[in-house]
Amino acid sequence: MTQEEIIRPENKVYSRPSLLTDANTHYCPGCSHGVVHKVIAELLEEMGIADKAIGIAPVGCAVFAYNYIDIDWIEAAHGRAPALATAANRLNPEAMVFTYQGDGDLSAIGTAETIHACNRGENITIVFINNAIYGMTGGQMAPTTLLGMKTATTPYGRDARLNGYPLAITNLLAQLDGTCYVTRQAVHTPAAVRKTKAAIKKAFRNTLEKRGTSVVEIVSTCNSGWKLTPGQSNEWMAEHMFAKYPLGDLKNVEPQK
Amino acid sequence: MAKVYGAVTIDTARCKGCDLCVIACPPDVLALQPKEVNDRGYHFAYAAAPERCVGCAACATVCPDACIEVYRVVERDK
Repeated sequence: MTQEEIIRPENKVYSRPSLLTDANTHYCPGCSHGVVHKVIAELLEEMGIADKAIGIAPVGCAVFAYNYIDIDWIEAAHGRAPALATAANRLNPEAMVFTYQGDGDLSAIGTAETIHACNRGENITIVFINNAIYGMTGGQMAPTTLLGMKTATTPYGRDARLNGYPLAITNLLAQLDGTCYVTRQAVHTPAAVRKTKAAIKKAFRNTLEKRGTSVVEIVSTCNSGWKLTPGQSNEWMAEHMFAKYPLGDLKNVEPQK
Repeated sequence: MAKVYGAVTIDTARCKGCDLCVIACPPDVLALQPKEVNDRGYHFAYAAAPERCVGCAACATVCPDACIEVYRVVERDK
């Protein structure tokens, strides 16, 4: 069978999601953000909720998310995405509001907003990209940086006496009564991408059913900040990050019957 | 046994040559261009051994720039 016989519209099994715009992303080659954007675009399309969805873009590498996924977006001040999502959801109760935040945004400057939004049980989804570094500003230490990990501001590795311990904020959020679904996923292999897609789908569904706050943490790579190739970053992540940030559901409250 | 034929099309202008699809491809179909580059200077991915493709879409699933589209034909025994 020739390539021309195979490459026909009726044989297509995977196509670029139509909600992704034609813009080329500004992300570095191999960045996990691109994969998560693609998964969100696919889901909004499959679930038919593109018209209902309001995304809250963060400050960080994903600041231009509104250029890449063709839905309604609001750009929040640094760390304030959950506060803005609260407003967006209370003013538009029928909307499916989700925030898309990095670790510097969610677990450093936005800790108060994040914890209180989850504690109030705001009816939103929080997509949390954890790459253990401030990628956008040049690879400085973040609260989530691993012990011993070298960054621009910890050139000899993170030292617990000087810089404190890595913050697994998702575990904190799982303890709050307002959250209904808290999970930690990754996008380093095809199987992991599919699991992440299922997790975000569940979170979006919870939000549509008004069940409380859903948090999907995605342990990600920052190959530029880590000074590795994209392939090496994935291996490094699997070897080091998963020890501190193990994958799996942290909390899953099934609906009351 | 049914035979599976696959093929991929790659938007080479969009590709950033990150190599993730090459690593993810189970039958080692894909490779990065050793010499050629696209307009932005990236060694883009291409199907080096297209006859081995089974259309599993692993490459497209991990592609951060959504530049791979996958086709599959399953030929069943008569």
